[in-house]
Amino acid sequence: MTAAAAIRPNSLDAAAARARCLKFRRRILDMSQRVSALHIGSAYSCTEIVDLIYYGLMRRKADGSFLDTFLMSKGHGCMIQYAILEDLGILSRADMDAYCTPGGRLGVHPDHGNPGIVAATGSLGHGLSMVVGMALSEKANKTGGNIYTVLSDGEVQEGSTWEAVLMASSLKCDNVVAFLDYNNFQSLGKTSDTHPTFYPLVEKFTAFGWESVEVAGHDSAALFDAVTQRKGGKPLMVVARTTKGKGVSYMENVPIWHYRSPNRQEYEQAVKELEAMVRS
Amino acid sequence: MRNTFSEALYQAATKNPRVYIVVADISPAGSMGKFSAQYPERFINVGVAEQSMIGICAGLALKGNRPFAYTIATFSLYRPFEMVRDDLCYQNLPVTVVGMGAGVIYSTLGGTHHTQEDIAIAGAIPNMQILAPCDPLECTDATSWCAERSQGPTYLRIGKAGEPVLTKDAAEPFEFGKVRYLRRGTDVCILSYGVIMKKAAELADRLQAEGKSVSLVSVHTVKPLDRLGIAEALKRHRKVVVIEEHAPQGGLAPQTKQIAWDIKATCQLHTFTLQDAFIHNYGSHDDLLAAHGIATDRIHAAIG
Repeated sequence: MTAAAAIRPNSLDAAAARARCLKFRRRILDMSQRVSALHIGSAYSCTEIVDLIYYGLMRRKADGSFLDTFLMSKGHGCMIQYAILEDLGILSRADMDAYCTPGGRLGVHPDHGNPGIVAATGSLGHGLSMVVGMALSEKANKTGGNIYTVLSDGEVQEGSTWEAVLMASSLKCDNVVAFLDYNNFQSLGKTSDTHPTFYPLVEKFTAFGWESVEVAGHDSAALFDAVTQRKGGKPLMVVARTTKGKGVSYMENVPIWHYRSPNRQEYEQAVKELEAMVRS
Repeated sequence: MRNTFSEALYQAATKNPRVYIVVADISPAGSMGKFSAQYPERFINVGVAEQSMIGICAGLALKGNRPFAYTIATFSLYRPFEMVRDDLCYQNLPVTVVGMGAGVIYSTLGGTHHTQEDIAIAGAIPNMQILAPCDPLECTDATSWCAERSQGPTYLRIGKAGEPVLTKDAAEPFEFGKVRYLRRGTDVCILSYGVIMKKAAELADRLQAEGKSVSLVSVHTVKPLDRLGIAEALKRHRKVVVIEEHAPQGGLAPQTKQIAWDIKATCQLHTFTLQDAFIHNYGSHDDLLAAHGIATDRIHAAIG
């Protein structure tokens, strides 16, 4: 078998993705009952995106390790990453149980050194430059590895993000695939109210030398197609239209759910709604 | 010093394919041209984008490389400070942030180009190491150490051009984490680091001409500071003089005073630092240092 043949290609089973995303949202919801805050809305916003990256896009080498790399630039959305890493057996049940406890190693933001976490994020506007550095290393070493990342739309207000956007295209990082979790919300309110002139988005990235496309961000197939059918030769920015708190009616687009945990009654309602979301 | 830095880095890059340099629109002095011509994939110019310079270095290091971020000190440390703290120091990555032309070397360029507080700022961050070589030869040693041996982030504070060689006949070799005696004496000990060592050497020459026995010490590793070495210097000399091109707070002078208190030192201790002030003087480096109160005549007179 050649090395190339040993690498698992990109693939998507949409029904399996829906089932996983339900499972992950449920897992995060369960975790929410242990702590007062965990950025649940931010994690639900990018659930399908991060699921696709791990299960549909990141290729594995013959030894089972990932050829490609994922860096969660919007670190506050990392509950979905934790849930997936647990599902993959990279984080343990004990790790999850000890989330935000004195003896645990998982906090509200991803920490460098934890299993499956390549970089410490949480302060916005750091991730994309690190992605560019990793992409350059992969190219210099001819590994063929791609670097995937998820940015928040609030994060794109950081000047440092635009330095990195410029850098990725100038340095010809065609092995960078970024998703913009375009949920139009940040802590204080609507992103489009904070910066009305920020739109349209796709044109901004194409003007900076990226390939960019806007798709429905909770549609795994649309996200998959955006990546696998790209023209290539440039870094790719998938602007993913999402809903903050997706799947739970009272969380959707309500800023307080950027951060807080549901109470017991809210929890039970959320469980019902998530189940219904998958059946619909 | 920047020329010896770039030559040392070129040599390190020749030996190790994991050595990268990420520069921010700085003129390619010395061997930098040779580096970029021979190793173009490892010479990255980000332009005027210093936050990205540090982030890219972090990403390279996360993939197992040993990058150097290189530009004028204020732009390599101050402008991207949070990236230095989070991306490099919090993650404890072997990245060297080179602060070129540190202190008030860029005298005519004004305060926007001065780093009077860099030791205090870099030194306050956990995991950060600080090296400040005093002449071109020591700069070569320090650069090689960063490229080959460092296990974490380092702020490498260097000069610019024209520094005299002071360590050719040094009493001791360069060793990371240890004070280095350039001359050994018994009466007076002068502790300094960086390019201002030239003034310390002038003072030592003058004291020796007066018949005093003088130690001249390069405290090139400012963090982690060789507390035992400083304590020994305080115990073994009747008079200790600290000269540093840095603000009065957070540098070598206050730390030496702390050590002196801790060991109940009985020697005289004189410290000469930059003032806690922005001084609008557009003369030479020496002129600006003198405006801050650092001039050989003045120090000589003050220490009696």
